[in-house]
Amino acid sequence: MTTYYTEDHEWIAVEGGTATVGITDYAQAQLGDIVFVELPAPGTNVAKGGEAAVVESVKAASDVFAPVTGTVSEANGALEEDPALVNSAPEGDGWFFKLALADPAELDGLMDAAAYKAFCDSL
Amino acid sequence: MSMNSEGRVTRPETLAAADAPATFTGNRALMLEEALIFERDDYARTGVDIAEAPATSSRLGGLERHRAIGLPGLTEPEAVRHYTRLSRQNYAIDLGLFPLGSCTMKHNPRLNEKMARLPGFADIHPLAPVDTVQGALAVIDELAQWLVTLTGMHAVAMSPKAGAHGELCGLLAIRAAHDAAGSDRSMILVPESAHGTNPATAAFCGYKVENIPATADGRVDLDALTARLGPDVAGVMITNPNTCGLFERDMKRISDAVHAAGGYVYCDGANFNAIVGRVRPGDLGIDAMHINLHKTFSTPHGGGGPGSGPVVLSAALAPYAPLPFVAKQPDGSFRLIEEETADQDHPGSFGRMSAFHGQMGMFTRALTYILSHGADGLRQVAGDAVLNANYVLRSLDGLLDAPFGPSGPCMHEALFSDDGLAPGFTTLDIAKGLIDEGFHPMTMYFPLVVHGAMLIEPTETEGKAALDQFVGALRSVAERAKAGDEALKAAPAFAPRRRLDETAAARKPVLVWKDETLPQAAE
Repeated sequence: MTTYYTEDHEWIAVEGGTATVGITDYAQAQLGDIVFVELPAPGTNVAKGGEAAVVESVKAASDVFAPVTGTVSEANGALEEDPALVNSAPEGDGWFFKLALADPAELDGLMDAAAYKAFCDSL
Repeated sequence: MSMNSEGRVTRPETLAAADAPATFTGNRALMLEEALIFERDDYARTGVDIAEAPATSSRLGGLERHRAIGLPGLTEPEAVRHYTRLSRQNYAIDLGLFPLGSCTMKHNPRLNEKMARLPGFADIHPLAPVDTVQGALAVIDELAQWLVTLTGMHAVAMSPKAGAHGELCGLLAIRAAHDAAGSDRSMILVPESAHGTNPATAAFCGYKVENIPATADGRVDLDALTARLGPDVAGVMITNPNTCGLFERDMKRISDAVHAAGGYVYCDGANFNAIVGRVRPGDLGIDAMHINLHKTFSTPHGGGGPGSGPVVLSAALAPYAPLPFVAKQPDGSFRLIEEETADQDHPGSFGRMSAFHGQMGMFTRALTYILSHGADGLRQVAGDAVLNANYVLRSLDGLLDAPFGPSGPCMHEALFSDDGLAPGFTTLDIAKGLIDEGFHPMTMYFPLVVHGAMLIEPTETEGKAALDQFVGALRSVAERAKAGDEALKAAPAFAPRRRLDETAAARKPVLVWKDETLPQAAE
C-alpha cells in the first residue's frame, strides 16, 4: 500500500485498483473539533480536484477534494455518528471514502510522505 | 462539576462558589437567573381575555386541532418581566462598542426613530390606494435618487430585504441579461476575499462557483482572475472594500476584463460605509451592488432589524430590475410599476422578489440619516470609519499580528491573526476574554484566508475615549494570551454562563425544548 498527499491536505492510500481517501493530521489540527462530515454516495463519480465531501468544524466548513478521478465504492458511515474520529484518527478510522481509480497515472502528480511533510513545514 | 470537552467548567457556580455563597434564587444581585418560558409550570392560565370564537362551519377538512398545544400561561407582568430580564442579559449597540467585523454595528440615531414613527409613515398599509400614500412613495423615490447618485449607477431596486437577498437580486438580473442574450453561462467566480454569502448566493441561483485566490497582500489575484475568464463565466462577485478590510485597487481593471469576456460584475456593497461619498462604484465598472441600509445608513441591525438591501444596477442590468418600483410622473406624482402594466412599462423584469415594495420603515430611517448628514456629512462618515479602524489597527502594533498591516492603511475594519499567541491559546480565548471585559467579541475565524482571524470594525460612531477603552481591554487580553495565562482559558469568568461546549452543541444540537410531561401539540 502506498500513501500519497495533496496540497489541499487530503491523503490517498492506494492498494491495487482501489484507494482510501481522508484528510491529513495537519488538516484536522487546523480545522479544530470536527462536528459534521458529508460524504459522497457509493457510485458517485468524482473528478480529480473536484468537490467530493464536506467537512465542518466549530470554526469553518471546508470542501474535501478528490485527489484523483474515480468512482466512490464506499463511504465511512462511522463518521456520521462520530465525526470526532476525524480528529482522533485522521489517517486511520477517520477515513472518508474509498475510490475505484479511473487512471492510476494521476497518482504521479501527488506528493509522498516526505514531500508532504516538507510542504506543511513551508506553510 | 459540569465540564466541556476541553475540561473547562461551564457553569458559574462551579468556579465562583469558592468566593461567593450560593443564593436561594440563583440570582446574583441584579444579574437575574431566568428560566425558559416553557419551564414555567402553569399551562392553564392566560393573561389575555379572548372572546369566544363565533360558531362557524369548519373548512379544515378534519384537520382541526383538538388537543392543547402547550403554550405557557403567563399574566401580563410575568410576560413583560420575562422578556425584560432576558434583554438585560443581551449585549447591544445601545450598551457599548460592538466590534463585530463585517457587520457594521453602529449607533442608530434616535432622529431616525422619530421620523419612522410619524403616523403618515408608520400607520399606512402596503395595499392602500396609491393616491393616499404619495408621501411614502416620495420617500422611496428620494432615497432611491440618493442611492443612485452616491453610487454613480443607473437605477436601483428597492425591494430586496437585506444583503443576501440583494445578492440574489443582482445575480437574478445577471442571469436575466444572459438569458435575454441567449447565453447559458454557468460559472460565477468568487475571490477568497469576498463575503461568505457570495458563493452561497451563486450556488442558490444554480451557478457553479469557483474560488479565485487572494494575493499575499489580501487582494484579488488579478492574473488568476483574468486567466480564469472565458465563455462559461457569467459573472464575478467581489466584495469591495473586501473582507480583509482592504480596498480592491484593481477594481476597474477587473471590471474591464470581466466585461471584455462577456461577464458581469457583482459587488457586495456591505462595506460601502468605508467609501460612501468618496468612491462611486459605477465609476469602477460595477454592474450590480447591494447597499445594506442597516449598515451604511444606520438603520437597526442585529435583533433590532429588519435589514434592507436595495440593489443599484448599471444601464446594462437596469432593464431586468425586479417589480415593483416607484416611478415619478411628469406631474410630480408617484405611481407603482407592477405586474398589471409591466408589459409596457418594464417588459424585461425578472419578476418579483417580495410581496410589497421593500422595508418602508427602513427607508424612512435611512433617508433621515442621509438628510441629517448631508453629502459632506456622508463623506465624513467614510473618513471617520476608516480613521477609527486604523486607530485600532495601529494601536495593536507589536502585540497582535496584522497580516495585511504592512500593506498600508486598512479601510473600515482591522484584521489580525492568532500568530504569536502562547502554545494552546487561540482566537477563541481572546474572544471569551473580551466578554469578561464587557465587550461583544469581534468576528472570529473569518475571513478564512487568515489563520485564527480576528476582524474588528469599530465604526465611525465611537469616539476616542471609547476606542481607547476597547484597545486597552484588547491589549490586556492579548497580553494574557501571549503570556499563556491559564485563567484566560477559563474565560468568561463573569458571564452568567461560563465557556460553553461549542463542539457538543454542534455535534448534538438540541433545537427544540421538549418536556414529555407537558401536553404536546397535536401532530
